[in-house]
Amino acid sequence: MRTLTIIISFIGLAMTIIPSFLVFTGEASMDQNKTFMLIGTFLWFGSVPFWMNNKKAI
Amino acid sequence: MKKNKIIDKLDAIDEFEREPIPESKLKNLKSFIGMYAGEHTAGTEFVIGPLFVAHGASAPAIIGGLFIGNLLAVLSWGLLTAPIATKERLTLYFQLEKICGKHLVKIYNLVNGLMFCFLAGSMIAVSATAVGIPFDITMPTLSDWLPTSIGWVVVVLLVGLVITIVAILGYDQVSRFANLAAPWMILVFIAAAFAVMPELGISSTGNFWEVANSKIWTGVPLEGQSKFTFWHIMFFAWFANMAMHIGMADLSIFRYAKKWQYGFSSATGMYVGHYVAWMSSGILYAYFLSKYGAGGEFAPGKIAYEAAGLAGAICVVIAGWTTANPTIYRAGLAFQSINPRWKRWKVTLVTGLVTSVAAFFPALVMKLLDFVAIYGFVLMPMGAVIFIDFYVIRKLGLQDFYAEKAGIKFNWTAGLAWIITLITGLGLNLFLGVEVFFLGLPGWFIAAALFIGLNMLMQKRDIAKS
Repeated sequence: MRTLTIIISFIGLAMTIIPSFLVFTGEASMDQNKTFMLIGTFLWFGSVPFWMNNKKAI
Repeated sequence: MKKNKIIDKLDAIDEFEREPIPESKLKNLKSFIGMYAGEHTAGTEFVIGPLFVAHGASAPAIIGGLFIGNLLAVLSWGLLTAPIATKERLTLYFQLEKICGKHLVKIYNLVNGLMFCFLAGSMIAVSATAVGIPFDITMPTLSDWLPTSIGWVVVVLLVGLVITIVAILGYDQVSRFANLAAPWMILVFIAAAFAVMPELGISSTGNFWEVANSKIWTGVPLEGQSKFTFWHIMFFAWFANMAMHIGMADLSIFRYAKKWQYGFSSATGMYVGHYVAWMSSGILYAYFLSKYGAGGEFAPGKIAYEAAGLAGAICVVIAGWTTANPTIYRAGLAFQSINPRWKRWKVTLVTGLVTSVAAFFPALVMKLLDFVAIYGFVLMPMGAVIFIDFYVIRKLGLQDFYAEKAGIKFNWTAGLAWIITLITGLGLNLFLGVEVFFLGLPGWFIAAALFIGLNMLMQKRDIAKS
């Protein structure tokens, strides 16, 4: 389960950053990029609390 | 009954305000890396980058000035703050009390807490520029100092309340929140900047430099803004967190570090937040200007929304939170040390409300660069006092922690060093025209020399008297 949430988190990060490179190279539009970034955001925050920083920090 | 349980639980939160951190509570490097990356990839980054553009910084000044200035900031944390913090393991306030006496520290803490409030307030305002987008509220412009509408005030207040509640829950919660958001946040900064590059005419890495010079950091300030040079950028980057490193506020943070070398973990905040994020947000603002022209709204939330859509707006909100939270927490510690019997959570609640009111005024955002520099300069002299007390005073045959050992409540050596430094800085600014960004460096040496000289005079006088 933990592994799955980690994978989902990294997919979220990938969806946040990769489409912008595609916009830069002309292979995606600004609107498509915005949509992917939003999905990536939900994936990240929906999964990351389950595995990152579970121990108490400072 | 339930209310009493909550209050008991809040009362029981122990943050070691008046005792050294025990060995069992020390934290590893990862905690600091995440905290600094999160704290310095923040709401202010969405303001500072665009203000550099508005002030007409050139591309070479940005690239070079930020690199060197941030390096100096990391060295300041690593070589000045962390070694003292890991040796004494006390909060800034408790350590100052031992040197300066209770009464002087109360004055210092009041000033310190107010400064933190204003800084946190600017971040609440930044978050509000994003939260307010769906409500179509009137956003402030670069020349606005007063609240622009009732809608603005309501949104700022709501954001402030939420941030205050998180800060009340203590540092563990703050750090956890920052750690979770940090990796995503910096990617949003980078992604948004990349996505708008084609709109600015950057079609490949080959013509980035040409467009950076001609359309982003043009070297020409916007109307009504002063001109920033390489030196402005370098000193701003170095002293943006002067209160934290040279001013020693982060003694309260690094007292948890297992090793003094953890001070260099601040590099994550400096080079990710104060280098990449400042440049990225500058690029976003250049895009915003190319679309809407100069003279319109200066709202980080809208700037990010234009470039990255809803994810950009969410990023601005969260970026504001991750800095406002620890800043309100620090302000709470500062005010609480005025009267240790006050419960920290109650102090933090009041602090958060004051901060939210300060955030009503957009001047905190529009004049952020000046405010950040003043804030660092005002608090810096006490950092010099701590440094000299720790490294120099005993070598001169004098007594360190003098107030504690002599049983005095107002140590005039520290008080005069602080006040004279501030007056000298004000004089340099008013009569010689030295800009506030450049006062920190001479100010540190003035404060250090005064503290040494006054101690030599006064401690010997006190010994002779007794």
